[in-house]
Amino acid sequence: MIEIKPNIPGALANQQLQRNLKHTLTGSLESRNAAVAAVPNWQDLRNHARQVKLHTLERLDLYLERLETKIEANGGKVVWAEDTAAAVAAIVEIARSRSARKVVKSKSMLTEEIHLNPALEDAGLDVVETDLGEYIVQLCGEVPSHLVTPALHKSKEEVAELFIEKLGMTPTDDIGELTQAARRVLRQHFLSADVGISGVNFAVAETGTLVVVENEGNARLSTSVPRTHIAIMGIEKVIPRVSDLAVFLKLLIRSATGQKVTSYINLISGPRRAGEVDGPEEFYLILVDNGRTKVHSDLHFRQSLACIRCGICLNVCPVFQKIGGHAYGSVYQGPIGSVLTPQFLSESVAPQHPFASSLCGACKEICPVKIEIPDLLLELRQRVQEKTTKGRPFGEKAAMIVWAWMMTSPFRYKLASWLVTRIARRFISKGKPLLNFPPLSAWQKKRDLPPIPARSLKELYRARGGRK
Amino acid sequence: MSQMNVSFFATCLVDQVYPQAGLAAMDLLERLGVAVEFDLRQTCCGQPAFNSGYRQEACRVARSLLEIFCESERIVVPSGSCATMIKCYLPSLFSEGSPEWESAREIGARTFELSDFLVNILGITETGATFAEKVTFHDSCHQLRELGISQQPRTLIKHVKGIQFVELEDANRCCGFGGTFAVKFDEVSAAIGNDKVGRIRESGADYVVANDVSCLMHLDGLLKRQGIGVKTMHLAELLIK
Repeated sequence: MIEIKPNIPGALANQQLQRNLKHTLTGSLESRNAAVAAVPNWQDLRNHARQVKLHTLERLDLYLERLETKIEANGGKVVWAEDTAAAVAAIVEIARSRSARKVVKSKSMLTEEIHLNPALEDAGLDVVETDLGEYIVQLCGEVPSHLVTPALHKSKEEVAELFIEKLGMTPTDDIGELTQAARRVLRQHFLSADVGISGVNFAVAETGTLVVVENEGNARLSTSVPRTHIAIMGIEKVIPRVSDLAVFLKLLIRSATGQKVTSYINLISGPRRAGEVDGPEEFYLILVDNGRTKVHSDLHFRQSLACIRCGICLNVCPVFQKIGGHAYGSVYQGPIGSVLTPQFLSESVAPQHPFASSLCGACKEICPVKIEIPDLLLELRQRVQEKTTKGRPFGEKAAMIVWAWMMTSPFRYKLASWLVTRIARRFISKGKPLLNFPPLSAWQKKRDLPPIPARSLKELYRARGGRK
Repeated sequence: MSQMNVSFFATCLVDQVYPQAGLAAMDLLERLGVAVEFDLRQTCCGQPAFNSGYRQEACRVARSLLEIFCESERIVVPSGSCATMIKCYLPSLFSEGSPEWESAREIGARTFELSDFLVNILGITETGATFAEKVTFHDSCHQLRELGISQQPRTLIKHVKGIQFVELEDANRCCGFGGTFAVKFDEVSAAIGNDKVGRIRESGADYVVANDVSCLMHLDGLLKRQGIGVKTMHLAELLIK
C-alpha cells in the first residue's frame, strides 16, 4: 500500500523543501499566467484540445493501428507491451541483442512507472539520465518529485553540493557553471551510448511522427546519436493529425514551463534513411498499456487519459504546494497523480490519494485539457470507501449511517441539535474540548474549536416567533 | 411589483454553530422587502457524506431536502459551498432522467447563493449597512469556481458606508478547510490555512469576510490559536450592520 499520511510531518517540517516549493511553484505559475494571458483564444484552445482527446480516445484502436502502420512504413518497429514486465522485457531484449553497454535516457515518466532504470541496471547496463533535473535526481538516488521539473525539491545550493561530491567540480553555486559541469559529463555519455531511450509527448497517427518537447537538447542527442533509438509511450498519447499539434503544443508548453515555445521540438519519423547524415540506424516504438485499457473501458474515468502531463495541476494545487511530490509516494503526484495512481494500481493500493485534496477545484480550472479532476476524485473516494467498508460498517461508515439517519428526520435532527447545544458545548472551554477524541483532536491540534451557541438558529427563530 | 418569496436554507453549520449569520441573512432579506420562509424541517445538503465518498448516505439526506423545497419558488443559501452542492452535485446522486433527478435539477436552478441573489436577482448593490472598519474578503472555492461568484460579494461590501475594503493577496486561493479534509489531513489543512492567515495579516484588515462559515470556522480557529486579533465575519452579518 502506498501511503501519503506518514510522509506529511517530514515534508512540512523540511524548511528547505518548503522554500524550494514556494520559490519554484510561485515562479512557474506567474510565467504560466503571463504566457496564457497573451493567448486571447485560450479557452477555445482548451475546448478544442479536450474534444480532440476525447474523440481520439473513443477511436483509440483505429488511431493506434494507423500509428503502427505509419511507423512501420517509415522504417521503424512497433512493440505492444501489455504491462510493466512486457515493456521492460522488450527493452532489455533490444539492448541485449545489440550487445549494448550504455543507455542514455531523455525524460520519460512512463519509464519511471515501469521502473525501467533498475531493470536495465540488473541486466548489466549503464543507464544515464540526460535531462538535467533527471540527472540530478539519479545522482542522488531519488525519484522525480514533479512531472515536468523532476528536481523541483532541490535548491541550487543542494545541487552544487551534489556536483562537488559526485562530479568533483570546484565549489560554486552559479547555475550556469553547474549546468556546464553536467553538460561536459553528459556529452561524453551521449557519444559513447549504444541505445537512446526517450519518452513521447504526442504521437501523430496520420504521419507516424513522434513529438518530443524539450529545452536542453538532450532529447535530440539521445534520439539521434546512439545507433538504436527506443521511444516509449502510453497508448493514450496518440493524436490524429499533424494539424492538431499547433493547439497541443501551445497548451502544453505554456502550461508546463510558461514559455511561448521550447528551445527544441523534435519531430521524429523513423530511423536514418539512405543519404541522411545523422539519426539512429534503428528505431523502435514501445506502446505501453499497463492499466490504461482498464481506465479506458471505464467511461467515467476515460477523460483522465486525456492528460498531456504538463504538470500545471501540481503547481496550482494547495496540497502539492505544501507537501511536494515525494510525499505522495507514487510516480504520478499531485491532483492528476491522485486520479491516475488508484486507477493504475487499484484503489486499495493507494486509498489515501483521492482524499489528499481540499477539492478546491484550482486544478480543474487550470487544466489545459479540462480534466474534471475534483469530480474524478469524488468518484474515487466513493470507490475507496465501498471497498474498505464492504461488510464492515464500522468507524466512519457507521458515523455516516447514523449521521444520515439524524439528518433525514426533523425530529431526530432536533434531538441531535439539542445534544450539541446543551451538552457538547459544555465540554468546550475557550476553544479547547475537555474531551479530546477524533475528529475533534485532529481539528484542534492547530485550531481552536468554535464556541457552540446556547441556542441553534431554529430555536432562536422559534423563540422570536418566526418572522420578525 | 409583487413581493418576492424565498425559502431560506440555513445549512446545518449555520444552524448549529453560526446562528447569528443565519438570523442576519434572514433579517437582511426581509429588510430588502423579501418574504422569507424558514422551514424548520430542513437539515443538511448532504455534502459531508458526498465529499467523503458516502453517496448512498448523501442521497438519503438529499432526498429529504428535495421534499422540503420542491414547492419553493426560490431558495437562498448563505453558503457558496452548500449552494454548489445543491446546484451542481445533487442531480448526480440520482439516476439520469428519474423524477428525483428532474426535481434536483429544478431545485438547483431555483437555488441561489445569498450575495448572487442580492445582486443578480434583487438588483441591489447597497444594503444600507454602515461599518467603519478595515475589511478584507476571502473567496470560497466552490462559490468562485463552480458558481463563478466573485464580484457580487465585493460589490456589496464596497457599498457599505464607512468601510475600508482591502483586497486580500491570493484571495482566490483555497483556505485549506475542504470539509473532512480538515481532519483527515489536518496538518496540511492547517499549513494551507496559515498561508491565508499570513495574507490576512499582510492586508492589515481587522475583519475577514467570507460567504461560507466553514472557511471562517477554520480560519477563526487558526487565528484564535495564534492569538491574532483579526475577526471573522459572514457577509450577511456585515451587510446588516
